[in-house]
Amino acid sequence: MKIDFTHHQSAHCENGVVSNLLKHKGYQISEPMVFGIGSGLFFVYIPFLKVNHAPVVSFRPMPGIIFKRFAQRVGIKVKRFKFRNESSAEKALEAELKRDNPVGLQVGVYHLSYFPDEYRFHFNAHNLVVYGKEEDTYLISDPVMETTTTLTKKELNRVRFAKGAMAPKGHMYYPIEFPKELQLESAIIKGIKTVCRDMLAPVPYVGVRGMRTIAKLIRKWPEKKGVKVANHYLGQLVRMQEEIGTGGGGFRFIYGAFLQEAAVLLKKPKLKELSLEITEIGDSWRDFAIDASRIYKNRSSELDAYNKIADQLVALSNREEVFFKKLKKAI
Amino acid sequence: MKKSEVPQDKSNLESANFRELCYAVDENGEYTTENSTGWDPKTIALDNAIQDIKERIDAAKKRVEANASSPIDYYMEVNKMDLPILASYVGLWQWRVKRHFKPQAFKKLNTKILQKYADVFDITIEQLQDIDKNI
Repeated sequence: MKIDFTHHQSAHCENGVVSNLLKHKGYQISEPMVFGIGSGLFFVYIPFLKVNHAPVVSFRPMPGIIFKRFAQRVGIKVKRFKFRNESSAEKALEAELKRDNPVGLQVGVYHLSYFPDEYRFHFNAHNLVVYGKEEDTYLISDPVMETTTTLTKKELNRVRFAKGAMAPKGHMYYPIEFPKELQLESAIIKGIKTVCRDMLAPVPYVGVRGMRTIAKLIRKWPEKKGVKVANHYLGQLVRMQEEIGTGGGGFRFIYGAFLQEAAVLLKKPKLKELSLEITEIGDSWRDFAIDASRIYKNRSSELDAYNKIADQLVALSNREEVFFKKLKKAI
Repeated sequence: MKKSEVPQDKSNLESANFRELCYAVDENGEYTTENSTGWDPKTIALDNAIQDIKERIDAAKKRVEANASSPIDYYMEVNKMDLPILASYVGLWQWRVKRHFKPQAFKKLNTKILQKYADVFDITIEQLQDIDKNI
């Protein structure tokens, strides 16, 4: 069985799956639109926790939340399942495929055979769509890949039942109920409000204040942790900002694309101006990544270099503070 | 980022023959998408992280060879895991897995538990008991 499903590549897996599933049902919703309505832009530093032996900084909210917010705000109902064992998960999946219903799955990245080896690490909140099965092979539309791909039954079961933090437990989902017409306008406004609230939150670990906290830490790293560890931390920070799934510049460009679309839908040219501004901020994030990479490339020990990129980060936080205040006023 | 500025550097993506999608602005200031083969600052960060993992594997190997640790320690690093992840995969308490890091405790393990570890690491029990047999 093979469902007639069109694969569209996206920058980020969660938005991509949502956008692709909706397009299949005949709703033309772009990836940036899902991202913007789901308030995907974020910044958080989680103290006391280490992943990959480095502090945790994220440019996105908790996995799954973008989809949840998006569905709530436009009025779509989503049916979700989790399973105890592989055989019942497999049965449920096959029943849906027989009904011509492509489904989204949450999977672990580590055992995804079609990913380059270097990108396979233990991260359990990746998303993909299954749109068919031929003999023992499932047809897969993974939104970050350029084309569709396949996984054997054994491989698919393995990634569906990956273990560790945020274990998917076979998590399967698909939209079931749609309103007559998607109410994008009010949803966009809600999405923008949440982003402004989060980015301007009065806590030192979130939003622009979170960036300032990280900047302070960067200044201390080389002395406190030694150059080797400091460089490792910095490398991890850049990976979070630029790795597959962010579309570059820590999601700023996807957000720019969203604001441009929103400007037309809401008939607010001001949003188009702001789209240009967030694009420029995104460019500065990339400059920050370039300068940070110079440090960890040369493994240089100049203490001054760390201070300089910390200054860049503070400057970014100041610009974003101004930006989100303007955005809040604009809607 | 302008569409023409989307980086096309050489990267590890090449091995799997895929390019990632980026959002960028075209000549008219409109947002569009463009594929990227990779970007040096990212590639260097990833290479450093891989180097770091290699160093951890080497260190674990030395510990096993010095009989200061069991092969489980080594295979855990090879599979890019840490203690909570490994414990969750084998379905044992963390303190038990940690105990199996001791060569003495590891030697006494029964086949059932050994098989659990071997399955998680995708190797045979023989390979599990002797890290030199790992390819």
